[in-house]
Amino acid sequence: MRRALLSIFLVLPVLAGCDMVVLSPSGYVAAQQRDLLVVATLLMLLIVLPVMGLTAFFAWRYSEKRRSRYDPEWSHSTGLELAIWAAPLMIVICLGAVTWTGTHLLDPFRPLERVGERRPVAVSVEPVEVQVVALDWKWLFVYPKYGIATVNELAIPVDQPVRFHLTSQSVMNAFYVPALAGMIYAMPGMESQLHAVMNVPGTYDGFSSNYSGAGFSHMRFRMTAMNQADFTSWIVRTRAEGKPVLGRAEYLELAAPSEKVPPTTFSTVDPDLFSRIVNRCVEEGRLCIDRMAALDGDGGTGVAGTLNILPAPTRQASALGHTPFYVADFCTPAESVEEYGESTVRLLTPPPAAAETL
Amino acid sequence: MATESLAPAETSLLFGRLTLSAIPTEPIVLATFVVVAIGGAALLAALTYFRLWGYLWKEWFTSVDHKKIGIMYMALGLVMLLRGFADAVMMRLQQAWAFGGSEGYLNSHHYDQIFTAHGVIMIFFVAMPFVTGMMNLIMPLQIGARDVAFPFLNNFSFWMTVGGAVITMASLFVGEFAQTGWLAYPPLSGIDSSPYVGVDYYIWGLQVAGVGTTLSGINLIVTIVKMRCPGMTMMRMPIFTWTSLCANVLIVAAFPVLTAALVLLSLDRYVGTNFFTADNGGNAMMYVNLIWIWGHPEVYILVLPVFGIYSEVTATFCRKPLFGYSSMVYATVCITILSYIVWLHHFFTMGSGASVNSFFGIATMIISIPTGAKIFNWLFTMYHGRIRYELPMMWTVAFMLTFTVGGMTGVMLAVPPADFVLHNSLFLVAHFHNVIIGGVLFGLFAGIAYWWPKAFGFRLQPFWGHVSFWCWVSGFWMAFTPLYVLGLMGVTRRMRVFDDPSLQIWFLIAALGAGLIACGIGAFLIQIGVSVWKRDELRDTTGDPWDGRTLEWATSSPPPAYNFAFTPVAHSVDAWWDMKSRGYVRPLDGFRPIHMPKNTGAGVFLAGLATVSALALIWYIWWLAALAFAGLIATAILHTFNYHRDYDIPAAEVTETEDARTRVLAGRA
Repeated sequence: MRRALLSIFLVLPVLAGCDMVVLSPSGYVAAQQRDLLVVATLLMLLIVLPVMGLTAFFAWRYSEKRRSRYDPEWSHSTGLELAIWAAPLMIVICLGAVTWTGTHLLDPFRPLERVGERRPVAVSVEPVEVQVVALDWKWLFVYPKYGIATVNELAIPVDQPVRFHLTSQSVMNAFYVPALAGMIYAMPGMESQLHAVMNVPGTYDGFSSNYSGAGFSHMRFRMTAMNQADFTSWIVRTRAEGKPVLGRAEYLELAAPSEKVPPTTFSTVDPDLFSRIVNRCVEEGRLCIDRMAALDGDGGTGVAGTLNILPAPTRQASALGHTPFYVADFCTPAESVEEYGESTVRLLTPPPAAAETL
Repeated sequence: MATESLAPAETSLLFGRLTLSAIPTEPIVLATFVVVAIGGAALLAALTYFRLWGYLWKEWFTSVDHKKIGIMYMALGLVMLLRGFADAVMMRLQQAWAFGGSEGYLNSHHYDQIFTAHGVIMIFFVAMPFVTGMMNLIMPLQIGARDVAFPFLNNFSFWMTVGGAVITMASLFVGEFAQTGWLAYPPLSGIDSSPYVGVDYYIWGLQVAGVGTTLSGINLIVTIVKMRCPGMTMMRMPIFTWTSLCANVLIVAAFPVLTAALVLLSLDRYVGTNFFTADNGGNAMMYVNLIWIWGHPEVYILVLPVFGIYSEVTATFCRKPLFGYSSMVYATVCITILSYIVWLHHFFTMGSGASVNSFFGIATMIISIPTGAKIFNWLFTMYHGRIRYELPMMWTVAFMLTFTVGGMTGVMLAVPPADFVLHNSLFLVAHFHNVIIGGVLFGLFAGIAYWWPKAFGFRLQPFWGHVSFWCWVSGFWMAFTPLYVLGLMGVTRRMRVFDDPSLQIWFLIAALGAGLIACGIGAFLIQIGVSVWKRDELRDTTGDPWDGRTLEWATSSPPPAYNFAFTPVAHSVDAWWDMKSRGYVRPLDGFRPIHMPKNTGAGVFLAGLATVSALALIWYIWWLAALAFAGLIATAILHTFNYHRDYDIPAAEVTETEDARTRVLAGRA
């Protein structure tokens, strides 16, 4: 017992000294998630503590050394069995209700209605949009409204909702700023969203929280939350001081694997870049996924689709498969003739009416 | 890619992509290789010197006796535990070391293999063999059967599991293992990001072992359904048999999903399909769903039989029938069914809608109700009991206290918004170690201490068992409490280096905890050694050293090959207790010949060929893969022409064995 007390005294200062960011976040969303975590824990402790206490007590009380009451045949009690199923059920009903509402209110896809307790978002306020791309092994942030982009450096205004659109270039990652809000995966060919708000100005740690390969440990960035005036001047400064342009070619260069990339900014950015990253058509001549899906929705392109492919030299060839390819974007008849030769194109040219719709 | 890929650009017809450069040159791996090579050579030399090969081959490797196969499974689990734990220690060292600009002592190529291998080995080649071995060893005895339903299949299943383990171990010394995490999510595990052999080792190791696991699942289900002794209705089966039945139903239903997911991943990697790629219509989320549709039931495959062990131990050492037998059975069946509708809770953070997340979150919480009912059942078995604190019961009490905490943190993670802040953190790592060590492993140790005398005829020496117990329990808490704290500090799993120096103290404490666990493993090995050495003092002549309640205690320790000279008849849940209390008298004559299956080496050959075929596929040695596979099919067909599969133990031999036991029992009295 004395040893237990001693160890508590030894551990407490260490606990106090460490920064439990999950339990004391600075953003309203993370704070609500923390509250839910605490509520769930307390609800469960209602049953967990008695169980642990009873275990210890029975283990002591009914030890054969103690010669307490021994009832060698007692093994059934309907009342008790009802209780041991009903008690956890009650807790789970409460917890389930809390979970259902909490999950819907804190759905990362749901736009924020408040930026703090009793601080509703005015109808006129538009969230700050940030497009996030996980690259091997760094983060790209694009601010579509301001036409700027940054690498491994994220700045947001305080007390204003932020809407993140997230995707990834190569493998799965998860975007996580513990002080701001819970994590959400960033996955290639898909777009996820996160709505969040930061309430305290300062600099916070952000990182990938899903293992993504060799450079994963260094896939970290600083997130600075600043007041509106500072944010505006940060945008102005970035526009003035950043590298000139982030277009498709520059992006592909940036996307090559690299580690410990220092924060970089770009003063202008291709407005279609994020959409092309999500739709896997940053490289010249590729058909975007959304267009492919739309074409398929209209009945597909038939035989032409099977020929409309180009080799993908950047992809690894499999041992027994054909050369890796990608689906080529559709082009004008003249370009087709240039690419495939006159005979092939003539063979596949559909009747005039169909050509119109294509 | 940027990883230091060892992949040679060209493949040769004869050796595929296997070249001398496949031998790793990292000094740590090289040193391990030298140690393993010397140790292995010494072992082989010793076996040859003491002329044990014939004995091992005839009595063990080719044996179809469920008891021997069970023991071999456990031996495999123990060997692989040492490997998996060595990985754990290396991770703990690296994470305690790599602070303030230090890269630690492991580069990412090595470290990333270690955490992947640790997970794969601990689940597939430690926990699974231990659990399967325990079911093999005990369940047929509990239902009064003479063997499992398909004895040859059982031997084959075991060797396939060994094959999977061999493939996984081979990756340490030839080539590399996957650097993907233990579930190998694509696109990271795809050919673009992982072009070399690591993921192929992963795939084929699991596929070969998976065949064994699935067949063993079918075998044990049929055994339980068809081979119970007269009188043993379903509701008179011992709880361990019940939980084994449910676990094997889960195996048969879940493992094919794993196989299918891995087949699709192999197609992506070998023939360039696009199931899980980012381009050309692939979707990696499909893999994540499939792998967890297997992965979540897998958790219950491991923990259900162990719940059964706790139930047997609690009833025996409290000297009372288990409280609420039928509610225990219903709880087990509830868990079995519910375990299929919770898989999505492993990826709440991948962007499913709120209603989907809530459904899976609440379903997960609902599982805690039958699980809680089980804890209460053990609790009220202790109530008004007379508890003997032998080692198995000590593990059980430690489990009840430890597992409750793990269950609680599990339900915390089941609340989706809470999972958003804890997913993939060290809190999650602490949680699942809390339930797997505090649940599965403690239970296996309880089971080993409990059934050791049944398997070998002598008890385990208690002193070193107590040392092991206290080292394990305190070591567990010391190693994983810091991980809970670190998770709340927002620290992610699978990190190799850290910037924040305030984290280091926690990793140091965790590393010390791992050191204590190492002492626990060491003490366990010493306990086995000391017990074998002093086996005459620890001899169990009764066959029933704990005053047990179920049928496995009705026969001698170790049981004869035929288990029971006469098939017992069950009149109660605690059939043996019931027989004892009614003054059961052991029959002394009238023995008859017993029909038994015959040993065969076919399982070893089949599994060996499967392993060679898999290794050849990993290295793209197509001719060898085809040859070995053809050999596999031919051997299987050839084996069907083996008509000498059974024999009768003559009545005289049975009489002799039983008379010997009579003399032992009389000598004791």
